[in-house]
Amino acid sequence: MNKSAYHMRDANGEIIEAHTLALMVDNESGVLARVIGLFSGRGYNIESLTVAEVDHEGRRSRITVVTTGTAIVIEQIKAQLGRLVPVHEVHDLTVEGPAVQRELALFKVVGSGDARIEALRLAEIFRANVVDSTLESFVFEMTGTAEKIDAFADLMRPLGLREIARTGVAALSRGV
Amino acid sequence: MRMSGAKMVVQALKDQGVEVVFGYPGGAVLPIYDELFQQNDIRHILVRHEQGAVHMAEGYARSTGKPGVVLVTSGPGATNAVTGLTDALLDSIPLVVLSGQVPTFLIGTDGFQEADTVGITRPCTKHNWLVKDTEKLAATIHEGFHVATKGRPGPVLIDIPKDIQFAEGTYVAPDAIRVPHYQPRTAPDMDAVAQLVQMIETAERPVFYTGGGVINSGPEASRLLREIADAANIPVTSTLMGLGAYPASGKGWLGMLGMHGLYEANMAMHGCDLMVSIGARFDDRVTGRLADFSPNSKKVHIDIDPSSINKIIHVDLGIVGDVGKTLAEVLRVWTERGRKVKTEALASWNRQVAEWKAVRCLTYKPSSSTIKPQYALERLEALTKDMDRYITTEVGQHQMWAAQFLGFEDPNRWMTSGGLGTMGYGLPASIGVQIAHPDALVINVAGEASWLMNMQEMGTAMQFRAPVKQFILNNERLGMVRQWQELIHGERYSHSWSESLPDFVKLAEAFGCKGIQCKDPADLDDAIMEMIRYDGPVIFDCLVEKHENCFPMIPSGKAHNEMLLGEAETQGVIETHGAALV
Repeated sequence: MNKSAYHMRDANGEIIEAHTLALMVDNESGVLARVIGLFSGRGYNIESLTVAEVDHEGRRSRITVVTTGTAIVIEQIKAQLGRLVPVHEVHDLTVEGPAVQRELALFKVVGSGDARIEALRLAEIFRANVVDSTLESFVFEMTGTAEKIDAFADLMRPLGLREIARTGVAALSRGV
Repeated sequence: MRMSGAKMVVQALKDQGVEVVFGYPGGAVLPIYDELFQQNDIRHILVRHEQGAVHMAEGYARSTGKPGVVLVTSGPGATNAVTGLTDALLDSIPLVVLSGQVPTFLIGTDGFQEADTVGITRPCTKHNWLVKDTEKLAATIHEGFHVATKGRPGPVLIDIPKDIQFAEGTYVAPDAIRVPHYQPRTAPDMDAVAQLVQMIETAERPVFYTGGGVINSGPEASRLLREIADAANIPVTSTLMGLGAYPASGKGWLGMLGMHGLYEANMAMHGCDLMVSIGARFDDRVTGRLADFSPNSKKVHIDIDPSSINKIIHVDLGIVGDVGKTLAEVLRVWTERGRKVKTEALASWNRQVAEWKAVRCLTYKPSSSTIKPQYALERLEALTKDMDRYITTEVGQHQMWAAQFLGFEDPNRWMTSGGLGTMGYGLPASIGVQIAHPDALVINVAGEASWLMNMQEMGTAMQFRAPVKQFILNNERLGMVRQWQELIHGERYSHSWSESLPDFVKLAEAFGCKGIQCKDPADLDDAIMEMIRYDGPVIFDCLVEKHENCFPMIPSGKAHNEMLLGEAETQGVIETHGAALV
């Protein structure tokens, strides 16, 4: 997904970077629409988006956005997000030091015979779990970086990959 | 204290110091109107269209420094307010708009006069709220005033379902609410201030480029700007929104800059070695071609909104802070260090500016038979400049001529739609200004096409005895559209003339006010004086030259030093790529 973004350039030859932003926001009605509307209204990209309440008492949600743009555009995105009233914090995990990024994905693979055996063997190598199984199909569950999920999907495709569901990236900075 | 939601609304407005509400009743706000009826502290101005209410509130806010308040009903009431909200967002005008909504149990059912008001207004407000619990209503209104006025000001909207207005809840006073987390930074970084002072001390060709942020910061910011600019001998230009922050009679005044800015202002921007942007935002109408924008200058940007800095133009030094607080620190540090400047270089720079001024870029071809629009504004300026005067405008050529030919000595005296360019702004805005300043002379400099867009508000002016003067420069054209069609679209004047115009004098009589028509330059002074002396609203139909173009002009896609000064220079000036720009 974003593995090649660092090598891309825009029409003016500026390097396009992928950044993972973590926002702490009030869990109030419309907050997600406000964040998404800012991206669409100002022509920014959303590569991936996850959101869920993380502090029920304080009614705070965490939004993780993977976005792409030139360095100037990324700075502008952060500044625009920062001035939204329900946004408390904006962290750029790509520049603030090492961070872990994980995504969960489910893969439905349909097949029989050698393809089915090969799918199961590859799933073990990738440490994917079988969470549903019939005589003709598996549903694999895998957690990992977006790149790992892309790689597994590429391998499953000739083996009968029927559907994928991905959660989008969740990310935290490393250390304290 | 327990009370109904509707009563809470009125109480919250009183506790916020609100004196005037501009609004229009309807089904979903009837409980609030019922409460307004039963009190005398808050005055309600009944408009004729909700767009008018929002522009009135903008005029009120811009001329007083206080937030404007609007009350509209659900559905069409709220959607009619959208243009005004967008206008206020782009020009950073503090507004609190209260809208009625269908009862909570009908939301989402396509109920009568239901619209997704918070959804529709989300991108055109600084923030908005749908209140679903009467217990939270008062705190939300107080927070709305906080958000509208703190940091970079802007419009907020609070959507209040009808059942929430009827239900009872506990009222909380403004000082009893939880401190809102929205607390924008206003104090500047002192290291950055020191850097700016050092840049001022060593600059040889400095310019202050000021904007609406100076006005929004309050009168003290304007005073500090004047003190620094005059003491340091630094020329000052301003955006359309910032006129009046530095006085037109000031020794450093360059006039407005940008697409229809003055020659000396744009040349100074192009040739400076230090540009200090103060509460301005490098709008495309200001910068011209970005690649050639002020190529040899160090650029400093003072702005309360961090997202304005480095948005369009990369600056060498960004200072996030309130203009007034920042200028106070700049003045203090500069004074502590002995108020140093490069005296000789500045004298030479100011001589260069004087040479540019000598070009007299606003010169136009006079006429003794028809009223030139520039002449009309020169006479208006000469006859009214010493009066307690406020000017509003509509949008188009007349607006640019007003910015060029009228001089503003103080902030908050000039109300215009800058960012959004909303035709129909000026008449309601003038009423809002007049409501705030009942004894002042309030003139809306208008074009006939813009003016017609909200002319229904003359009824409001009559009802509330707002003696606003509507000074219409009538060229029977959409003048600015016509000018662009002449210069860029091969003189094909597609739908840019006004046919079937009303007889403005009869129209005035129909509203019960005074109408004056003037078409002879020799009669103009007397006619303007008649307008000023009349105790009531006046519609002044000033028949002007129909084909006058507004100069100077930086054509789209050109740089500041590629200005056109007059008709002779207009042939083939805009290339294909420029024509694609607006």
